[in-house]
Amino acid sequence: MAKTLFEKIWDQHVVKTIEGGPSVLYIDKHFIHEVTSPQAFKGLQKRGLDVFRPRQIVATADHNVPTTDQHLPIKDELSRLQVQQLIANCSRHGVELYGLGHPYQGIVHVIGPELGITQPGMTIVCGDSHTSTHGAFGAIAFGIGTSEVEMVMATQCLLQSRPKLMRINVEGALGKGVVSKDIILYIIAKISASGATGYFVEFAGSAIRDLSMEARMTICNMSIEMGARGGMIAPDQTTFDYLKDRQFAPTGAEWDKKLSEWQQLSTDPDARFDKEIHIDAAAIEPMITYGTNPGMGISVSGHIPTEADPKSLNYMGLQAGAAIKGKKVDYVFIGSCTNSRIEDLRLVAEFVKGRRKSTNIEAWIVPGSKQVEKQAIEEGLDKIFEEAGFRLRQPGCSACLAMNEDKIPAGKYCISTSNRNFEGRQGPAARTLLASPLTAAVAAITGEVADVRDYL
Amino acid sequence: MSNRSIHIVQSTAVPVDIENVDTDQIIPARFLKATSREGFGDNLFRDWRYNADGTPKTTFVLNDPAFKGSILVAGKNFGCGSSREHAAWAIKDAGFDVVISSFFADIFKNNALNNFLLPVTVSEDFLKETFAAIKNDPSTLITVNLAEQTIILGSTGKKETFDINDYKKTCLLNGYDDIDFLLSIRNEIESFEHQHA
Ligand code: SF4
Repeated sequence: MAKTLFEKIWDQHVVKTIEGGPSVLYIDKHFIHEVTSPQAFKGLQKRGLDVFRPRQIVATADHNVPTTDQHLPIKDELSRLQVQQLIANCSRHGVELYGLGHPYQGIVHVIGPELGITQPGMTIVCGDSHTSTHGAFGAIAFGIGTSEVEMVMATQCLLQSRPKLMRINVEGALGKGVVSKDIILYIIAKISASGATGYFVEFAGSAIRDLSMEARMTICNMSIEMGARGGMIAPDQTTFDYLKDRQFAPTGAEWDKKLSEWQQLSTDPDARFDKEIHIDAAAIEPMITYGTNPGMGISVSGHIPTEADPKSLNYMGLQAGAAIKGKKVDYVFIGSCTNSRIEDLRLVAEFVKGRRKSTNIEAWIVPGSKQVEKQAIEEGLDKIFEEAGFRLRQPGCSACLAMNEDKIPAGKYCISTSNRNFEGRQGPAARTLLASPLTAAVAAITGEVADVRDYL
Repeated sequence: MSNRSIHIVQSTAVPVDIENVDTDQIIPARFLKATSREGFGDNLFRDWRYNADGTPKTTFVLNDPAFKGSILVAGKNFGCGSSREHAAWAIKDAGFDVVISSFFADIFKNNALNNFLLPVTVSEDFLKETFAAIKNDPSTLITVNLAEQTIILGSTGKKETFDINDYKKTCLLNGYDDIDFLLSIRNEIESFEHQHA
């Protein structure tokens, strides 16, 4: 029978199916971090259990960590306790931890791929909704809650009902100044923040195949923002080239064996989806959000819809029907698991090189990992940023969710390359405009929302 | 562990008549630094409920003494956004056993079920009627019967059935959870690992 990519991987991981209920799904890789794991470890202890397969878990500290002076003890007491507890839990249960100071430390969804831990055909979970990022490699990857983190720690399995399947086909070539972040913001604006609830989404089509691995990760990362359980892209030569020779990728004969398995991982021509959507890549423009959910996005050259939710606009201090271009901004945040990889930093560096940030702008660049940071410095990007008036900080989630001290002050506007613009997401009463690294870069230079196409 | 089981919940309800309530609103990230599951209820809907100086916002429904009970009624697409289970913990910790909406985000629904907080999905019409009934008379009783999978609106007698998968229903009725089940089949999991090694 013809199968979709999702079905092929799913079927290989079902241990058993309960009559009238969910399936027992075997999990290959489990990522954990300091915020959603402590209660799970506690739960295990309460039941008198050990971690069942500690070698299939990888831990890092990212959500809470400061992005300056990481060599010093964390100032915030609660954050420090959470990170300390992660260290204690990992050492007690034999879990590999890439904590602060480790050369592999970084945002969990950045380090998994860059270390070659994330591989095609795997089932991958993490107590964080943006686990969908790993789907870019042709894996079933999704976020789970803390009770489920405990379940996977205890049994390496989860109880899951099979989601419905959707395919989003993006065909054609992207226009000038349009990058993968714009594709996904465009799709979410089109189908809404709940348009894919209940579905697992496969992204396909020539525009997706033409993307680099890092650009594909940006797309899968935000599939959760349209309500999807996860997103995925069939692995191809781009995927294999990216993985080859990474720290934890298979080598030698094992590589050849895996490669032949991975090459089978694509949707069969006659396979059926519950829903299909077609997108014309040429119609996509640089995008920006104006509201308080990621579905409230428009072209940077567009106008805020007249029917936009008044509660959101009131929070954002924006007017229905007004142009978004020319809106003054205060902060620029380049970072998060959506856009903090080396390609994102290169894109920004290339644009700001020889330019200078506007005086009203505070600009933060937060690399996704120690490895990204190291490479940026090796390539001299830090110098370019400095000359342009930007500051390259140390890796972590930072202003994406503002759990550390990187908060946007109340009422201020921030163009952010992250994935959520909810009320208070970047700090109480902070106002977030989601955009691509390019659109963020041009705003940093002009001090306002601008169309990057006017500057290329 | 049968003390946490759910059978019939009959209560007045608190109406949060807002759509797309995301988990960042239910419990803002800055309150996620605790390492236990308890105590999150105080910060439920923190930024809607309190001013920056900690004084209550009288306009928010949770601060209105007219509305109480163990049932929370919310607008469509409740619990979207972050996977933080702290959202379900906060609602449960604040004394709710049931959340009613016309649509729940996937991860939130799972998290709620794993914490013996019952998400009841009703039709758009039923939800509208529920909001109207409670606002009209805050003493309106709602009855949720898990075994029968029914919800009844006291004031009008209007009744609807709701879906829940058989496995989860059995878990909730008996007060056992997924981990108990998975542990019971650990030998099957090990033989699966052998076959796939
Ligand atoms: S960067 Fe933001 S979205 Fe990504 S894992 Fe961290 S907090 Fe979550």
